[in-house]
Amino acid sequence: MTTATLDAPAPPVTPMARAPIEHIAIICSKGTLDMAYPGLILANAARMSGIDATLFFTFWGLDIVTKKTVDHLHVPTVGNPSMHIPTMLGGLPGMESLATTMMQKEMVKLDIPPVHELLEILSDSGAHLYACRMAMDMFKRTKDDLVPQVEDVISAMDFFDKAAGAQVLFI
Amino acid sequence: MLREYRGHEVTVNDEGFMTDPTQWTPEIGEGIAEEIGVRLTPDHWKVITFCREDAAREGQPPGLRRISKLAGVGTKELYALFPKGPGKLAARVAGLPKPHGCV
Repeated sequence: MTTATLDAPAPPVTPMARAPIEHIAIICSKGTLDMAYPGLILANAARMSGIDATLFFTFWGLDIVTKKTVDHLHVPTVGNPSMHIPTMLGGLPGMESLATTMMQKEMVKLDIPPVHELLEILSDSGAHLYACRMAMDMFKRTKDDLVPQVEDVISAMDFFDKAAGAQVLFI
Repeated sequence: MLREYRGHEVTVNDEGFMTDPTQWTPEIGEGIAEEIGVRLTPDHWKVITFCREDAAREGQPPGLRRISKLAGVGTKELYALFPKGPGKLAARVAGLPKPHGCV
């Protein structure tokens, strides 16, 4: 490599210079409130930008789309270093509800909708929501246990068919 | 950079959003809509007018949830009006900056 090459200015990178993302497929595998929002918000931001969005809820992520749990997701206070409180304190009764209430209040301030409403928005926006068949069998849930925005219960192989051409994100 | 819509020159950023909302006129809005392949209907104007009024009040362009709640145009309808991404395009046609919010 010559000095001239090193000194050459880098070519300008504009947002349009790279191929835009056209489809994002997000695997939601966690059922805590703090891990539910990233996938849902990212999918919503994608749809708002005209990007196709496919969501696959698996393992604990099923709680996000289960009728009984969708409005009762919690912020974990144990084993969560970002809480910045000693783990022993995090385990005290009431700590988890306190942290959850505090986070929900902040969400309301920022006008971020509750999870069930975000699922409705996503469905209305044309995002596709699927539940993982294996996880459903494992947790003994049926399609009736899920919120109506979930289109279908599918296998991981089906998911990859539906994720054709997508950037896949695991959360 | 400068771009011309319907014979009027306006300044836009590299994503095509106008940088000075005061330069905007409905005619320019029509020009921008044409550029993104949208033919404006009265429902589009309902959204555009709300976005401009809300941005003037709040100092920032509204997100989709705010539009659907306050302008009375539902989420499904917003996506039907701007299929290629209402989050960005409603603001762009209205001559406003790209919204910061994610909902």
